[in-house]
Order: sequence, then C-alpha cells, then structure tokens
Amino acid sequence: MLKITEGSFAVADAVRLSRPGVIAAYPITPQTHIVERLAEMVADGELESEYITVESEFSALSACLGASAAGSRTYSATTSQGLALMYEVCFNVAGMRLPILMTIANRAMSAPLSIWNDQQDSISLRDSGWIQFYAEDNQEATDLHFIGYRAIEDHRVLLPAMVCFDGYILTHTYEPVDIPTEEEVNGYLPPFKPYQRLDAADPISFGMYATPEYYMEFRYEIDQAMQRANEVIIQAGKEFGEHFGREYGSLVESYRMDDADTALVAMGSVCGTIKDAIDELRSEGKKVGLVRLRTYRPFPTMELKKALDGVSRVAVLDRNISLGSKGAVGLEVKDALYGSGIVVLDYIVGLGGRDIRKKDIAAITALVVQGKGDMFYGLRTEVL
Amino acid sequence: MVDRSLELFECGHRACAGCGPAIAARLMLKAVGTNSIIVSSTGCMEVFSTPYPETAWKVPWIHSLFENASAVASGIEAALKRQGRSEKVVVIAGDGATFDIGMLCISGAFERGHDFTYICYDNEAYMNTGIQRSGATPYDASTTTSPAGKRSFGNKRPKKDMPQILAAHGAPYVATASISYPADLMQKIERALNTPGPCYVQVHTPCATGWGFESEQTMHVGKLAVETGLWVNYEMMDGKVTKVKKVVRKPVEEYLKVQKRFRHLFKPVRQDAEIATIQAQADRNAEKFGLDIKVKK
Repeated sequence: MLKITEGSFAVADAVRLSRPGVIAAYPITPQTHIVERLAEMVADGELESEYITVESEFSALSACLGASAAGSRTYSATTSQGLALMYEVCFNVAGMRLPILMTIANRAMSAPLSIWNDQQDSISLRDSGWIQFYAEDNQEATDLHFIGYRAIEDHRVLLPAMVCFDGYILTHTYEPVDIPTEEEVNGYLPPFKPYQRLDAADPISFGMYATPEYYMEFRYEIDQAMQRANEVIIQAGKEFGEHFGREYGSLVESYRMDDADTALVAMGSVCGTIKDAIDELRSEGKKVGLVRLRTYRPFPTMELKKALDGVSRVAVLDRNISLGSKGAVGLEVKDALYGSGIVVLDYIVGLGGRDIRKKDIAAITALVVQGKGDMFYGLRTEVL
Repeated sequence: MVDRSLELFECGHRACAGCGPAIAARLMLKAVGTNSIIVSSTGCMEVFSTPYPETAWKVPWIHSLFENASAVASGIEAALKRQGRSEKVVVIAGDGATFDIGMLCISGAFERGHDFTYICYDNEAYMNTGIQRSGATPYDASTTTSPAGKRSFGNKRPKKDMPQILAAHGAPYVATASISYPADLMQKIERALNTPGPCYVQVHTPCATGWGFESEQTMHVGKLAVETGLWVNYEMMDGKVTKVKKVVRKPVEEYLKVQKRFRHLFKPVRQDAEIATIQAQADRNAEKFGLDIKVKK
C-alpha cells in the first residue's frame, strides 16, 4: 500500500515485515528513527522480536553474531562512527558466514565531526566481506531489505549485507513508499533456515582458528561466495519483480544510455539529481547518460562494462575518498574499463553533506568532456 | 544435577603440561553438562582447544573475538528465548578478556540482565601472547610488561576486584573458586547455572608456564593461594557474601616462593618490605571475609 512516510519508518516497516528473531542496535544520528520505530513496534506487540538495547555498536553486531549463529534472523542498523566501532566484528561476521543484515544511514567520518551525508563509512568496510547495496530512494531502500535477506540467506551465499541509504537525504525524507503486506512478504521471503547453528542436539565448534595451511582457502571461499552473490541477488531481484511489480533484475541501472557518448557513474540518492540534470542536458542536445550502481560489493564489473560499452568518457562521482589515492568507485570503474580506451575521470563530491546540485552535474559533465578530472569538485577555495 | 561422569572436554588438545585452564575447562564442562552453548573469548583456552579442523569441545562452542564474548552470549540467549530453547549459555573467558578488554561488553550484558553464566578462568596475565600483565595480575608479580628490575618489583597495582564490580551490577550470584577445590568449583558453577539472570564465577587457574612452577605443582600452587589468604573462595548472593572457605592461614611467603614470578622478592636479596605488603593484603582479606579458623591452643 502506497503511503507517505519517512525513509527511516519505511525501512523499519521493511524490517518488521522481514520478521527478525533478534534485533540489536545502538542509537546514532541519523539512524535513530529506524531503531526508535522498531522499539515502538516491539512495545506495541506489532513485532515479535527480541530487541537488545546494547551498550555500543560493537556489542550490537556482536549480539547479532551470536543470535545468527544460534539460528535466528538478525538485524541491526548504524552509521559512521558506529560502523567504525563495528569494524572488527564486521570481518568476523563475514568470515563466520553469518547472513546478518544491517541498514547503514550513510554519514561522514570524523574528524572533523560531521553528522551529514557521504558514503565514507560503508565504503571503508568494502574489504570486510559484506555485500553492500546502495539505494537511490526510499522505495528502493525498503525493497532492498527483502531482496537482501532473501539473497544472503541463500546457502550459495551466506554472507552479511549492508543496505546503505543516504543519511538525512533519505532517512529523514518523506515520500510515497509502497509498503507490502505481511502476506505478500511471507510469499517472497521464507523463514530463515540456517546452514548450521549452535545446537546442543548437534554440537559443532564455530570460529576456530586457522593455521597458514588453511587460512587462505577460507578467504578464497568467502570471495567465491561473493562472486556467486552476483547471480543470486539478480535472481532475487527478478523474483521480487514478479511478486511486487518492481523489478531489480540488475546490479546496475542505466538511464538514457542508449546513444550516450558521456556517462556518469554514481551510487545513492545523488542519482535522482543526476537523472534530472541529464534530462536538461539531453534537451540541450548533449548525449549524456547515467549508470547507477546498486551494489558496490560484489562489484558488478561485467554488467558495468556492458552498460558503458560504446561511450567515449565516464565521469565517476564519489561521495568518499581513499585519501592519498582516488574515490573508491572511481578506482573500481577504472579497473573495470582498463584497456577499453574509455576515458574515466573521478570527481570527489558532496563530502560531509555538501549539496550536489543539478548545475554541479552539468559542470562535471563539461569537465569530463574537457578531460579534466581526478579531482575534488566544488571546493570552497576561500576557506582553504 | 547433570551427569558429572561425562568428559565433555576432549583430551589431546594443545595446552602446556600442567595447564590450570585445561583442568578448569574439564571441570567446568562436567558441571555445565550437555544442554549448553559455550562462548569463548580469544585466548589460551580458545587456541589450545580449537586448531581447525580439530576441536576439544563436545558441546556447542563459539568463539568470535577477544572482547565480545558477553555480547555474543547476549545474542545467543535472546535467540534461544525467541526460539523457545532450553540450552544454558555459558561464557568461558580469560582474565584479560574479562578484567580489561571485555569490560564494556560484560558491563552491558550484566546490566541488561541476560540469563547466562560468565566464567572467568583467571591465570592473572595475558598468557597466550607471552605473559603480559593484565588488570588481574597481582601486586609485585613479574610479567613481560611488568618485569622486576633494578627499580621495580614487578606489577605495581593489586588485582582489580571484578566480583565486586559485577555484584554492583545487580548480579544475583557471584562466586570465586579454584581448580584446586574441584567439588566446590563444580558446585558453584551449577549454582550459577541454576540462578536466573547474569551470574559470574571467577576461577583461579594457576599457569605453570606464566607463573613459573613445575607442571606437576599446579593443584598445589592453587591450594597455597587459598591457604595463604591471597585468593579467597567465596559466594555472593544479591551482593552479600554468603559463604567463605575458611582456612588455617599460612604465611604468604609459602605461596610466593614456589613461583618464578615472585622470585625477585627472595633473590638476590630478600625484600622484607614487599613481602610484608603482600602479607598485609592477605591479612586484609582475612579480616574482610573472616577467613581464619580459630585454632585451639
């Protein structure tokens, strides 16, 4: 049913409908509305979950780890500093192959302290073995929770996932979101069937240490699972379309790419602005399109290459920076297109909540045509 | 009562000869029984019992990280509750994981009142990484990060009072025990398991390698700690001391002199003032807990 709701509340509804047995979370701006709403649902009996109000994000994810190993579907949400505090547990969860789902309300990293949006927090966990989804709007953020659980609990995958959506820009925005019914979700998302669990009837040991004779093979298998996740997510997205009428059968979305000679590549809510900017540029006769990434891990190399086939140049907008190098998405796109002859330039934009407007998109499009890039865009030189 | 004849901690693990924690693991599991889930922290016991693909644990067991065992246990307890299952959740963690790096998670889990038992095997230093001091290291013990030297007698601070800290969290049952008193140890663990809410048992587990004594002396050294009043075996219910193991006290010297970690108090020069300071600690314990058995002359 379509309702006007805040992004955080829509996500909370998606979590409720996903029926997690255990929720563990710690409040942090701008994630708070999600966990507050979930607490209300538990208090009102609308959601029958064990809700653990932990003393830190570190314990939030640790509690999810235990609950997942014991065989329950688990959920947490965090952002920025909270995610950084989970760093050690993130690697551990992925290594133990526990399909925990966590919402990330993307926010900049301190210092300086900033509660505003960029994607540095989740990007910094790119090597941890978590699948990373990036939503453009609140409908997609909502739907990705169902698709996410379905994909990660698939025994071909068994990896944790972050559903990332931009702090404030999406978390605190009211817009129409189609919230499905319980019956609809139950028909799509079956109960969690753990591959193995802590159980007195069948004792096993979880989390043993591996000597050099075994460690590399464990890491290889996680990477293989991540590769398989490509297909499983696409399949889960297609089947989502069959159930709900909204298709997510690809890890990338192409917008007005048919005859484009210049492509923009980005993730998250900025893509809405980019689409509007592209419409204006197109009306001026400029052949510009957008390829939006829906997942950053696994990185959809093949789909991206296909989507960018035939363009002359690519401008990547990165709401993060690998300091001392380039933006994390830019690096991936350069890698994917290596040897293709396509010019790929990277633009660091919108850090710490700096607005990215339509005119900025137009300016970046002009820059990439001139061959100028691999730079911070929109710096206020007067304060440097 | 669970069947204590079962051996749930398999032999053939990689512990040192005379390892106190290995003895503790065997005794603990006898008391815990098969209807349980064990959560271990990173440390000696985790490492010597689970080199992939082998395990010494014949009950469900999980290890995540060094400092998060009680948070992991919180999640397991919540999941079991949600699923209507009956297994007891038991953390077994070393003193470093308990007194120091895991303090945040422990405090949170005890404050929230999860139904689980936390057993700390206390060998009074970071043994797995090579005998570095922890918040559980006793006064004057020489470790690799609190070495005795020309200007130092070793560890400068007395042991942190973890049982009192957890009692202050409102833990309904808190106890200390020693592997040298196996029946008492198992009874206390059983009591903790049968008390609803978060319970804590701190077990003195002498470490032959870290403390420096012959491997056949483990039980003897543990006994001396209790007999000198430097380790007190007691129980607390709802924050009040309810039971104390009384002793005919021996001088602390008898405990100190059998361990290399205190050797600098005797050689090359006997350090009377330091020994007196440690004796005063035992005397305070005796007064606080009413340790002394009155012997008729």
